[in-house]
Amino acid sequence: MSNTRQAEAVSPWRAPLLFLILAALFLAEGSFRNALFSGSWNTALAILNMGLISAVMALGVNMQWGYAGLFNAGVVGFLALGGLAPVLVSTAPVQGAWAAGGPRVILALLVGLGTLALAAQVWKRLSGAWRVPALIAVLVAGFVLYRWLFDPAVMAIEANNSARAGNIGGLGWPVLLSWPVGALFAAVAAWGVGKVALGLRSDYLAIATLGIGEIIVAVMRNEEWLSRGVKNVSGIPRPVPYELDLQGNPDFVARAAEWGMSPAVASGIWVKLLYAGLFGAVLLALILLAELALKSPWGRMMRAIRDNETAAEAMGKDVTRRHLQIFVIGSAVIGLAGAMMVTLDGLLSPTSFNPLRYTFLIWVMVIVGGSGNNWGAALGAILIWFLWIKAEVWGPEFMRLVTGPMPDGALRSHLLGSAPHMRFIALGVVLLLMLRFAPRGLVPEK
Amino acid sequence: MDILNALVAILNFVVIPAASYGAQLALGALGVTLIYGILRFSNFAHGDTMAFGAALVILITWGLQAIGISLGPLPTALIALPFGIALTAIFILGTDRVVYRFYRSKRSAPIILVMASVGVMFIMNGLTRLIIGVDEIRFDDGARFLISVQQFRAWTGLTEGLSLRVSQALTLVVTALTCWALFRFLNRSRAGKAMRAYSDNEDLALLSGIDPERVVRLTWIIATALAVTAGTLYGLDKSFKVFNYFQILLPIFAAAIVGGLGNPLGAVAGGFIVAFSEVAVTYPWRKIATYLGFEPQGLLQLLSTEYKFAVSFVILIVVLLFRPTGLFRGKSV
Repeated sequence: MSNTRQAEAVSPWRAPLLFLILAALFLAEGSFRNALFSGSWNTALAILNMGLISAVMALGVNMQWGYAGLFNAGVVGFLALGGLAPVLVSTAPVQGAWAAGGPRVILALLVGLGTLALAAQVWKRLSGAWRVPALIAVLVAGFVLYRWLFDPAVMAIEANNSARAGNIGGLGWPVLLSWPVGALFAAVAAWGVGKVALGLRSDYLAIATLGIGEIIVAVMRNEEWLSRGVKNVSGIPRPVPYELDLQGNPDFVARAAEWGMSPAVASGIWVKLLYAGLFGAVLLALILLAELALKSPWGRMMRAIRDNETAAEAMGKDVTRRHLQIFVIGSAVIGLAGAMMVTLDGLLSPTSFNPLRYTFLIWVMVIVGGSGNNWGAALGAILIWFLWIKAEVWGPEFMRLVTGPMPDGALRSHLLGSAPHMRFIALGVVLLLMLRFAPRGLVPEK
Repeated sequence: MDILNALVAILNFVVIPAASYGAQLALGALGVTLIYGILRFSNFAHGDTMAFGAALVILITWGLQAIGISLGPLPTALIALPFGIALTAIFILGTDRVVYRFYRSKRSAPIILVMASVGVMFIMNGLTRLIIGVDEIRFDDGARFLISVQQFRAWTGLTEGLSLRVSQALTLVVTALTCWALFRFLNRSRAGKAMRAYSDNEDLALLSGIDPERVVRLTWIIATALAVTAGTLYGLDKSFKVFNYFQILLPIFAAAIVGGLGNPLGAVAGGFIVAFSEVAVTYPWRKIATYLGFEPQGLLQLLSTEYKFAVSFVILIVVLLFRPTGLFRGKSV
């Protein structure tokens, strides 16, 4: 790996040029209306917004992979955990939910955590024949107590106005406050996984994170008191005005008329522009911080560890500890992106967290963009997201072109019908080609 | 107290389902562990190899059914299985040639090979969706039950019934035969000994004139055969759905790690350990407790079935914490 990371002369114009091409793609999407592009600024901006959020996710993955060589296969879990924050922090409180069982649920969760901590202490302090029986006794007693506290409280919360709420509800605080909370949630989970799986073989972290990702998503799907499960949480407040309010505002309608746009279109564009500004500011701030960190002695140490762990360890660096640190920071960034995504959607839909879409697609973004380079990761994220969305349109078009000479029949309609699945194949091919022929990505690390 | 009925219930709801699930996991974990032992990376594409192979088997089964071939009481998929294995093995050997061999000759870090296997996973996942779609497919024809609940009740006069499906019995028999053949191959044949030698010490094996490319090819073929068999049996038992094969990756990895990565015997044991814990933890024990004379209040279910993956995860974590090389001493860290 080390020889592929050696700095090679790369034209300084490469990154700006690629960003220009990306901008041209978005301009084309917004202004031309043909088979390839939609010609709608609303669509173009919607893609851009999700692209910016994907860029934040890619930054997080890039910190873990590009700075430290850690393979996090559970991005979707940390993202979902971050997405929980806007629900718990900023949705309106649910009438009666807290009284029904809030304190008891909290107590149950504390008992659960306390049991684990106690078990760890028992294991550490005791030795000899009593060690295993004592450990099992602590775990069993803790589990029984936990379930005794937890089950009735959950039943009570879920029974409370179950058609419209049935969850614990939020605090009603401003939604922007929930973003750092989302990062915190993800960081805590990452600390737990990292504590166990880091310092072992590199693949173990991949497998352990794959597991934690699945479990977090399963929890969100099934714990209705927390996230309403398949019933989704909607109506998450926004940091920007609502389209309908803008359309009812005479000043805004007059301004839109000046620009020659209908109020409906103009309000959509304005809201999306505000979001783009917000997300862009977060992204730029993160890139700035990450670049500063990378140029500091700490960043040099991280790269030294990545390139040669044995040598770094011989220099007295605590490799496992640094890995844990960067793993937690990267996961926190992913959690932040999750909170941003749920805020943008205004909806938490636990069933939509699919590992192919939210773990491995992000990985492709980082590898394509350039692992180890923050600008590269951001570029790769926005580019791949644009292509991923457009492939939905381009795939069937392409298939129609290819199957044009074929007679109409079962095979042709089957091929046309399954064109959307071509996205996965294309993604795999892109990943393999990049890994093989340009492992340093579009914008290589300096 | 009604011990007989309690035993039958345990057999019916815990032992039989866990045994057949465990056998499927064991076959999957054997493939993962062999690839790990020889090629030294965790193959993320293994779940999708199972799905891809099972999809081919389904297509061939449909073809056979269309021309009127069947196995009587046994599922037609059994005839299709060797063809499915052969086609999948050709594809997998192709991926080795195009993808993995490059990194092997460069001696890249294992994590790069893991990344490459993610790329292969994407392609195989897309191909499977392309050829067979994302819907749930049942392809078990022939007889459904070896022992049905009514028959069992009529024979024994017990209130509790017991059923053994053909797919479950078939899973156990096929797994037993496969394991027997595999271990015989690894322990007795020249090629199997070469594989074990290569797994133990690559350089020493090279010095004694073992052709590494041949060992690698053999490993891919055996792992693919195991994966396709596991995938087909899992599909016969539970129905075929592409996404399920991605999710089964976690229990399979857990099984392989519990047994010690690179240790085939451990992988089999790990598969059964994971399956039995999963079923035991997610089964509501109320009925059995009632037979034994208790009067439980709740369902006595430790975890709801949606969290069955949490069980493999916890087992994984416990093993990583206390015995990172696995119960049967796999490859060192």
